[in-house]
Amino acid sequence: MSVRDARWIGAISMTLVFGVARGSPVTGSVARGKELYESRCTACHSLDHSRIGPAHRGVFGRHAGQVAGFDYSEALRSAHVTWTARSLDRWLTDPEAFLPGQKMGYSVADAQDRADIISFLASAEAR
Amino acid sequence: MIKHQQSSHDTSRRRLLLRGTTALSATAVALLAGVPAKAAKSATGQDASRDAAVLNTALALEHEAINAYTLGAQSKLLEKPVLAVALKFQGDHKAHRDRLVSVLKTLGATPAEEKTLAVYAQALDVEKLKSQADVLDFAAGLEHGAVNAYLGIIPSFADRPLAKLAGQLAADETEHFVVLSQALGRELPAPLSFGV
Repeated sequence: MSVRDARWIGAISMTLVFGVARGSPVTGSVARGKELYESRCTACHSLDHSRIGPAHRGVFGRHAGQVAGFDYSEALRSAHVTWTARSLDRWLTDPEAFLPGQKMGYSVADAQDRADIISFLASAEAR
Repeated sequence: MIKHQQSSHDTSRRRLLLRGTTALSATAVALLAGVPAKAAKSATGQDASRDAAVLNTALALEHEAINAYTLGAQSKLLEKPVLAVALKFQGDHKAHRDRLVSVLKTLGATPAEEKTLAVYAQALDVEKLKSQADVLDFAAGLEHGAVNAYLGIIPSFADRPLAKLAGQLAADETEHFVVLSQALGRELPAPLSFGV
């Protein structure tokens, strides 16, 4: 087995282990998710600073509406949602259908794109 | 029989179109008349307040862009001709802000407020900017994000005039992004590369 193969297997294992550890499968590509995140999400979000939207680092496994200091909509503040692969997928598919009254007008139509973005978010663990 | 079915289909389609036009105009008419349209319903039955919420997100984006250019200008890293272009772009964002505030007020919504420059400086992590190229790259990144954001919110509007406004904003941000990219010596964007 080459070093490159070993790295790939290691990366895939990390993703699977991480997903299983959170109780929901995370099956996307972290690398592609990072590209998509930078292209589509960073107008309003960043990992470490709340801007138009809340900071994302550590979002996986966090209860909705819990980033300190961010001015959430009532819909997010009162939501009984924990961000998992499944709930993030529903959120990114159609935020307004998932939590009516929220503020985000952006959605991600393609299932693989959502899976990749979710994998990237899952990889950005809280410090 | 077939002819009758087609005719019936055409009639119902015309009805749908007419109904849609009437409903879509509810907010548009209010916009033109300058009266609050908070309770106006779109063709999909969506309350105009939902459109206003999305527009307020756009306004927050414009506030941030205006302040980002202020931070870039204050960095003293920009040469005079570059600074002039940056201030022109900032002026464009101020025009966007004013238009969005106007539309939001017409919709009966409260426009999102601008934060302090210090808040934007921290959120945008501007301390990392050490050269003119850094500032241009930073601005290009924000403009590219704005293009994609505006393209991304177009489908969410129930009212078509507001979707068109988002398209106009996206066009301006695209211009900014391309100019900044050229200043950085980057290639022109590939076709269909925005909004993906």
